Amino acid sequence: MSALRHGLPAGLLLLWLLAALVAPVLPLAPDRIDLTAILAPPGHGSLLGNDDLGRPVLDRLLAGARTSLLVGLGVVTVSLVIGVLVGGVAGLAGGWLDLVLVRLIDVFLAFPGILLAIALAGILGPGIDNLIIALAAVGWVGYARLVRAQVLSLKRRDHVAAARALGAGPARLLFRHLLPLALAPVLVEATFGVAAAVIAEAGLSFLGLGVQPPQASWGSMIRDGAAYLLVAPHLVLAPGVAVLLVVLSVNLLGDRLRDRIDVRSRP
Amino acid sequence: MVSPLLQVSRLTTRLGGEGQPVRVVDGVDLEIRKGETFALLGESGCGKSMLALSLMRLLPPSGRIVGGSVRLGDTDLLALPEGAMRRVRGGRMAMIFQEPQTSLNPVLTVGQQIAEAVRLHDGTTRRQVRERVQGLLQAVGIPEPARRVDEYPHQLSGGMKQRVMIAMALAGDPELLIADEPTTALDVTIQAQVLRLLKGLQRETGMAVLLITHDLGVVAETADRLAVMYAGQIVETATSAGFFADPAHPYSRRLMDSLPSPEKRAGRLAVIPGRVPPLDRPFTGCRFADRCHRVMDRCREIEPGWHQPSASQGVRCLLWAEGRPESDVPATGAAAGLVRIAAEPSRQPLVLRVDGLQVHFPIHRGVFRRVVGQVRAVDGIDLELYAGRTLALVGESGCGKTTAGKGLLQLIRPTAGVVRYGGVDLAGLKGRALRRQRKDLQIIFQDPFASMNPRMLVGDIVGEGLQALGLEPNRARRRARVAELLGQVGMSAEAADRYPHEFSGGQRQRICIARALAVEPRVIVCDEPTSALDVSVQAQILNLLKRLQDELGLAYLFITHNISVVSYLAHEVAVMYLGRIVERGTVDEVLDDPKHPYTRALLSAVPVVDKDKRREIIRLEGDMPSPSSPPEGCHFHPRCPEGIAECRQAYPPPTRLSETRSVRCLRVSA
Repeated sequence: MSALRHGLPAGLLLLWLLAALVAPVLPLAPDRIDLTAILAPPGHGSLLGNDDLGRPVLDRLLAGARTSLLVGLGVVTVSLVIGVLVGGVAGLAGGWLDLVLVRLIDVFLAFPGILLAIALAGILGPGIDNLIIALAAVGWVGYARLVRAQVLSLKRRDHVAAARALGAGPARLLFRHLLPLALAPVLVEATFGVAAAVIAEAGLSFLGLGVQPPQASWGSMIRDGAAYLLVAPHLVLAPGVAVLLVVLSVNLLGDRLRDRIDVRSRP
Repeated sequence: MVSPLLQVSRLTTRLGGEGQPVRVVDGVDLEIRKGETFALLGESGCGKSMLALSLMRLLPPSGRIVGGSVRLGDTDLLALPEGAMRRVRGGRMAMIFQEPQTSLNPVLTVGQQIAEAVRLHDGTTRRQVRERVQGLLQAVGIPEPARRVDEYPHQLSGGMKQRVMIAMALAGDPELLIADEPTTALDVTIQAQVLRLLKGLQRETGMAVLLITHDLGVVAETADRLAVMYAGQIVETATSAGFFADPAHPYSRRLMDSLPSPEKRAGRLAVIPGRVPPLDRPFTGCRFADRCHRVMDRCREIEPGWHQPSASQGVRCLLWAEGRPESDVPATGAAAGLVRIAAEPSRQPLVLRVDGLQVHFPIHRGVFRRVVGQVRAVDGIDLELYAGRTLALVGESGCGKTTAGKGLLQLIRPTAGVVRYGGVDLAGLKGRALRRQRKDLQIIFQDPFASMNPRMLVGDIVGEGLQALGLEPNRARRRARVAELLGQVGMSAEAADRYPHEFSGGQRQRICIARALAVEPRVIVCDEPTSALDVSVQAQILNLLKRLQDELGLAYLFITHNISVVSYLAHEVAVMYLGRIVERGTVDEVLDDPKHPYTRALLSAVPVVDKDKRREIIRLEGDMPSPSSPPEGCHFHPRCPEGIAECRQAYPPPTRLSETRSVRCLRVSA
């Protein structure tokens, strides 16, 4: 049971990382068009079949792992750093600074996130790096709200007052006494964020704002394959199952991580 | 002899699974007679509450009664089917709990909640139910019951809520009322009201009360008979008078010795070392042996049986096996007698002076968050702290004493006033300049669980100040200093590599003290540092604080509501009511001869163990008003038994009675 809960997700994520890292050096041909193998089902020759241009799905899947990983981790890391800092500062400082930051967060929350990302990606132009910037620009607000709420309730605790009485400055209060305690729910939220980013990347890529064809990403594979769902379901199933497994693994490990960082639950 | 109302024999309750069951109640025998108050006394973790829940058959899901019997009158409660037991609960046997705040449903009116209890036990018409509810509210002394019936719990004060709980318990006309720490969460003046109410109700209805408490004073004032519980067993039973005259078990004796009192001021309080043993393994021999000061080799081998020092007393201790043991040596040689605190100004140097400190919190209302009023938590107080002396700030919850302590340390910014320390006004300092001053002024909190960062190692917690202020940047030297500090508060140096949750409440409070000492402060604000602890542990902490004061010449501002702690530890006392100090003086002046009517009422309400010292309780009407709209004139006049017309006009100026003493009351003249 414990192997299933920890070993399997860890193994899957490792596989994802490995694929993302070694895909460029593997003898893959994700962009080789083979008109004789259009929509070929999985079988001999290609393990997961071929897509609508006859490109091997397995090769594209492995190559796409790199894009998904970059986008998933990139977006969450950037959003997390911005969100935690803004939320932490707003919660700790209070007063006018808090007021300004909260209004800013409210403004961002008032926009439909994906629309804002589309607009941003449109202005910045296509490409993975711009995609990450666009998604992080709308992603940080959720973390900021969460961290601010946590900090607001934590800063009333006696141990924070004790640290202030000992002469701890605001940075020390924030990084040693508030954020480590505020982070548990944020990290769990972040694991969902990885999943959301992988899916959002698919959406933007479909609109031509993410990775550019013929470069492969899981999102664009799902979008492209959706048109052939009835005749060649493997085009959607392969990347779909990959996304599912990765998201599930990240969530399971997120839970485990939360238990780990709470010293109180250690034996 | 009449047959007892409740007879418990060999009752054993287990918690937890088969793997490692915890025997929270282990072979308990007791008898409660009709109409008496029977007290169950013991420290936390001794199984008192679990015993009560076993009697009601309300154990948590993992709990099981594995043996023994409970008979209420002629009924065997353990054999009853659940349906019949439900009729017993709240009917023949009712229970009230410690926390009135959480025991009431916040979304139902008080009347609805009592009516529920009334309907369950006599199915009458709507009209009759309402009359009965009002009758019950009347019986528990709630003014204007007709109006209160339709109020919600949040509109009532803590004392009122506990009265409502009692009213609910009375709805079924119980023969036995189980009260689990009914007044622990309440202030002393309110506690006095509630205890008096229980006594009165008992006289009228003839019900018996099983009072569960850790407060020896409450037991002494209310109980007829009592049992002392330790580690799941009853170790002593006696009549209340017999017990307090001559406790037989070493545990009982030590509990009494560890109570602070003015007589013990010269020496140290007796302590019970260690803590209640875990109940998950079988015991050989006496359960108290490891902490007992009179332990013999036999104690560890033979489980002591019952011995009878007198007809009404029973004790489970081998000392009594061959009749009365020779009397106990005084615990610490502390009986050196009373040390008078001189009624002249202290010769110690003045460390800190507070002038006209005010802390107001604005009340915001409406969409635009306009300021519509001020909560005057602290409304102009003056204090002086001297090196090596303790000033106790005494008052009931909500009087502003904690806010005053935090305002003094600039943890809450004062609205007005001067805090003069070493030639600087702390209230005027900001940022870095203030942080430099921080090291001299430290604080110890009430809750040792919340006052440490759970994610930090104890070593880092204690060394925090050294690091934050850059006093000891060298890591190895800091470690050595932390070890030294831990030694100073009686902990081993290995504690530094563990996390706070691995320690007991008393140990955590020691760690908090070490943390405060690390920066070599001159003033420590102690905010109720012992009120979350058991009596025996409280004694350890008080001893430690006293020793540190003698060694380091610390000035303490000791914030508390516990008068016996004040009498033991303090040199000067200031009594606070609604944000202002109403009376101040040396501890002897104030405690022996209180002048302000509020101080008199407060002191009279404190339950005392010693019969000779008991005074007539001065009853205060109602509750403390809200500090957002204090009464005109003297804030105390609406509740004051001695109020006159002039009291409404203006707040009385201080009247100086001696060099150290002043009172703010028009009825007191110099």
